[in-house]
Amino acid sequence: MARNVSVQTRIGFTIAAWAIALLLFSPILWVLLTAFKTEAEAIASSPTFFPQTFTLENFGAVQDRSDYFKHAFNSIVVSVGSTLLGLIIGIPAAWAMAFAPTKRTKDVLMWMLSTKMMPAVGVLIPIYLIFRDLRLLDTLQGLTIIMTLINLPIIIWMLYTYFKEIPVDILEAARMDGAELWNEIVHVLVPMAVPGIASTLLLNVILAWNEAFWTITLTSGRAGTLTAFISSFSSPQGLFLAKLSAASLLAIAPILLMGWFSQKQLVRGLTFGAVK
Amino acid sequence: MGSISLKNVKKSFGEVQIIPDISLDIKDGEFVVFVGPSGCGKSTLLRLIAGLEDTTAGTILLDGEDMTKAPPARRGLAMVFQSYALYPHMTVRDNIAFPLKMAKASKEEIDKKVEYAARTLNLSSYLDRRPRALSGGQRQRVAIGRAIVREPKAFLFDEPLSNLDAALRVNMRLEITELHQQLKTTMIYVTHDQVEAMTMADRIVVLNAGNVEQFGSPLDLYKKPANRFVAGFIGSPKMNFVDGPEAAKHNAHSIGVRPEHFKLSKTAEAGTWKGKVGVAEQLGSDTFLHVHVDGLGLMTIRTDGDQTFSHGDDVYLTPDQTRIYRFDAAGKAI
Ligand SMILES: Nc1ncnc2c1ncn2[C@@H]1O[C@H](COP(=O)(O)OP(=O)(O)OP(=O)(O)O)[C@@H](O)[C@H]1O
Ligand SMILES: [Mg+2]
Repeated sequence: MARNVSVQTRIGFTIAAWAIALLLFSPILWVLLTAFKTEAEAIASSPTFFPQTFTLENFGAVQDRSDYFKHAFNSIVVSVGSTLLGLIIGIPAAWAMAFAPTKRTKDVLMWMLSTKMMPAVGVLIPIYLIFRDLRLLDTLQGLTIIMTLINLPIIIWMLYTYFKEIPVDILEAARMDGAELWNEIVHVLVPMAVPGIASTLLLNVILAWNEAFWTITLTSGRAGTLTAFISSFSSPQGLFLAKLSAASLLAIAPILLMGWFSQKQLVRGLTFGAVK
Repeated sequence: MGSISLKNVKKSFGEVQIIPDISLDIKDGEFVVFVGPSGCGKSTLLRLIAGLEDTTAGTILLDGEDMTKAPPARRGLAMVFQSYALYPHMTVRDNIAFPLKMAKASKEEIDKKVEYAARTLNLSSYLDRRPRALSGGQRQRVAIGRAIVREPKAFLFDEPLSNLDAALRVNMRLEITELHQQLKTTMIYVTHDQVEAMTMADRIVVLNAGNVEQFGSPLDLYKKPANRFVAGFIGSPKMNFVDGPEAAKHNAHSIGVRPEHFKLSKTAEAGTWKGKVGVAEQLGSDTFLHVHVDGLGLMTIRTDGDQTFSHGDDVYLTPDQTRIYRFDAAGKAI
């Protein structure tokens, strides 16, 4: 690492990095500031940077109009539930692909990935009809199932990549030591893959939390998550910019905090294998 | 009990046949070593016995019971891997206890057996460490400890010492031999080091390209090799082979003389091969001479360490007539 980088270059890179970071962060900053403005100030023709009259009334209004806590609860149930369900299905699946591959394993992996390339709208009508017939529309169960299904390819891919790094000798040693398949997975594979499993879990909670297409189209009132909650404020009827900001802030706050506290784990997990 | 029988076992990976057809009978309590050149199928054969690979055809009997299709966990065998394959997330104690936990042993029994194994293997003071905080030799001991606590029908070793330095290797070799004498459990030991094979084995299986070339005691293999391959593989330095008219004198296609079976002199004698010393490797106790023999090529001669030779010296070699090995055109001993 003892590379000679001139001071100018280093300053240049630092400025560039800060500029990009600020650019990416500016919408969130704007939302943060707008949430504390009055509606009139939020859409004033000469925009202000800091709120002139600092107000919390947007938050109260938002909670009154469409129950924040109910939506937040739904978001937690769906994102955590679908991730856990995904891991329960994904761990054995990734085990099979990493340690007992067949000639077709690579094809299956590619096929799973390809499902993520298809626009979701393409299957909207069949899924909507199936959900309608199974009475899963606007239910947390239905939403959890669909969220599990759309994230499963990513879960399996991530786990597969982590599992590939584990020496197969160790699993074979467990088999020789009398461990049946279940014990091999629970006592040897999973503990060794904890960093990978944790990153998979975090990333998928975030993905499920932010998912908007299915949560908005498959729910109306009861099972709506925070993304549905935000979108209910984006109707152009009234002066809603400040309330929309307040709603957005409330919606992203939990996941922002979670991301903040787990950023080390996330970065380590996402670069796992690259640094070895 | 721990007898192991292979009956017409075959193994292919896809189209590639690795083990054409092997039958073997290993007796209870025997120490059997599989030797052979790299890639000859030693590990594959061991893994078939372990159940880590499926046989393509044939039967594997453990104590007379057909285990061909049984998963490794049900076979009651223990294996020590070349890479040690310890569980990195467990302490030494938990590593050794793992097979007992899998067998649902009681807590007291686990503690007792782990303590005992740790004492036998000098691991008592490392029980609470993780494997990564151990030296190679200590890791190997943990792997052996993990194997002995479950009191298996047989131990399978796949080149367990090849990651250790030379001095430690000799030590561990003795420890494993001692362990075998103490436990009297069947052991199968894979190595490509023929010194390990000769010193440890009750019987040696010499493998070549997936075939058993010979199965016998170390001295049998040394004294009565079944063919040219075994003759060349067992013994160090290697046997010298001579083809052509010199072999025809002995009614053979080729003959072999071990480096230790020559009389060496610096003056001409009747019926000797004349040559020039190339390299003289002096080990102190012995000297290995690489001699360019006129018309016959390079030969290795073993002599005591007292005589000194230097590059270019003329020497005369007389093979011990009673210890010449004769082979036919197919390489079979005659
Ligand atoms: N899973 C596999 N798939 C395909 N070929 C394999 C597989 N495992 C082993 N082989 C092949 O089988 C042959 C025998 O391998 P094996 O590992 O048994 O050799 P070995 O005698 O143990 O050699 P070494 O002394 O180098 O360990 C080799 O040619 C190897 O390439
Ligand atoms: Mg091998």
